[in-house]
Amino acid sequence: MSRTGIGPSPIDFPTKMTFTSQLIQFLFTGLTLGSIYAMVALGFTMIYNATGIINLAQGEFVMLGGLVIVFFTMILKIPLPIGFALTVTLVTLVGALFERLAIQPLKNASVITLIIITLAGSILFRGLAMFLWGKDPYALPPFSGGNPWHFMGASLQPQIFWILVITVLVVCGTAFFFNRTLVGKAMTACAFNPLAARLVGIDVQRMVLLSFALSAAIGAIAGVIITPITLMDYERGPLLALKGFSAMVLGGLGSGAGSIIAGFIIGILESLGAGLISSGYKDAIALLVLLAVLWVKPSGLFGSAEASELKKF
Amino acid sequence: MSRKDFWPLLFITLGIAVFPIVAGGSEYSISLLVFLGINGLTTMGLSLLMGYAGQISLGHAAFYGIGAYSSGILTTKYSIHPLIAFLAGIFLSAIVAFLVGKPTLRLRGHYMAVATLGFGEILFILFNELSPLTGGPSGLSGIPALTFLGQPIEGSAYLYLVWAFVILVLIFSLNLINSRVGRALRAVHGSELAANAMGVDASRYKVQVFVVSAIYASMAGSLYAHFVTFISPSSFSLMFSILLLMMVVIGGTSTIWGSLLGAAVLTLLPEYLRAFEDFDVLVYGIILMVVLLFMPQGILEGLRGFMERKRGSQSKSHE
Repeated sequence: MSRTGIGPSPIDFPTKMTFTSQLIQFLFTGLTLGSIYAMVALGFTMIYNATGIINLAQGEFVMLGGLVIVFFTMILKIPLPIGFALTVTLVTLVGALFERLAIQPLKNASVITLIIITLAGSILFRGLAMFLWGKDPYALPPFSGGNPWHFMGASLQPQIFWILVITVLVVCGTAFFFNRTLVGKAMTACAFNPLAARLVGIDVQRMVLLSFALSAAIGAIAGVIITPITLMDYERGPLLALKGFSAMVLGGLGSGAGSIIAGFIIGILESLGAGLISSGYKDAIALLVLLAVLWVKPSGLFGSAEASELKKF
Repeated sequence: MSRKDFWPLLFITLGIAVFPIVAGGSEYSISLLVFLGINGLTTMGLSLLMGYAGQISLGHAAFYGIGAYSSGILTTKYSIHPLIAFLAGIFLSAIVAFLVGKPTLRLRGHYMAVATLGFGEILFILFNELSPLTGGPSGLSGIPALTFLGQPIEGSAYLYLVWAFVILVLIFSLNLINSRVGRALRAVHGSELAANAMGVDASRYKVQVFVVSAIYASMAGSLYAHFVTFISPSSFSLMFSILLLMMVVIGGTSTIWGSLLGAAVLTLLPEYLRAFEDFDVLVYGIILMVVLLFMPQGILEGLRGFMERKRGSQSKSHE
């Protein structure tokens, strides 16, 4: 098993770079990070729309995705595509189980109780991961080998390509699911009005279960594709969740498209901040954005103020 | 303070007073009780905020950190008297709480939770990055022990000091609850709209109780810094904020006693879970989950309900 203490930087910096090539480098790093935040935000949005719950254990699905794929491909030596599918299936089951055991029994609970139970879930998943994988970070080889590409003086790892393509696929798949399939439309109906949805014969409880399963699946995908770049350890979840949530708030609560765009904005801001200002404060950027939006315009960039009044906040 | 609070208060006071004598004053048990008192100080503030004002904070480790770093930095780097450093920490926490609380407390539910979470994380980053002052990730060492008339306060004396604070804060909080402010807070918790309609300035009271809870946390942080004499950012992380919140919820938010019980359970529990070694976080998570699912009102209310049911079934069998 290959274990390393320090993560490789997302991108190998050539020694001499012009400002333009630096900017391009930061932009691509930002897009890479942004993809992950966008997917976390998408997971949040999915559960929020179906249930009105912010699942604070969302980051743990990403963490589990990364660690499970390492187990399948590095220890069991399962080929990557099959391991990928198995990982997503397993984490999806975990998400569904979480909903059945922890969320579903708490019918009509207060918002505070729901926040706490998802927090307890996140501690539980972290404990499980620490027990199974220990505290050290794990590495995963990139999906395809090969040398970094050079583009206008910037050097880009092939894994960035994989991350961007898979993110686009996930986003398109989700959009297709909600706009074109009957189940997806039923879930949208639950988001608008659970009571009315029940009246027209939609099984709301099944939709809630499905929303947890789907957002766990998206989290797992994000975890699998990011691990070759950032490594993965049991403690990675909360910060990812916080940044994904920042993206969701910036994009406008409940707006899928908004949160994806906001995810990319936050990723790029973070990478520009790390490169041009100070790497120590890079994690603070997303959080400052979060506080600024919450204090100034809680409806976000793309959400309407009217809609945010209606939300259960 | 109401009459029914008198006996538990007396019980705790006497219990702490005789504890070093009864337990033989072993350093381990005394330090556990000191930590319990320190955590209890912070959770009482959170309990006021959650149980009475109905607001959640996932960032109280930040105020705890402000207290600890104020004491640590001012006493080690500027040789300022610990008492002045202690007051400076309180002052700084109160100002930060006011500035942050003002816009944040307008938010509700999930938004409030995540805004405080973000605030706590930003402070955590500052503790790490302002290394000329805070010592950065490797921490700040050599914080002097407190002295009284030239004698260092240590062992059971420190226990008495911490618990004197706990009891004073407890009495203050119990009085606060039964005052005009407390009634206003409960009205806000019940229905903010109705409270506003009755002329209660809800947002002002919420900010006030937020500041009070930050002051409690800052006091706890200062006491912590002087007790352990070494502080590093990891003690003030998001995890600690969550732990504090869990203490309040596990104990029960309906009374301030619940938060002390919760602090006791979650301070002592990890000591018993040591036997599980690598399992401990897992077992911890499971225990939290089970308590939340089966006693959503917290252990205190859960036990009370259990006792009442038992009494009920006994009186039935007598008939």
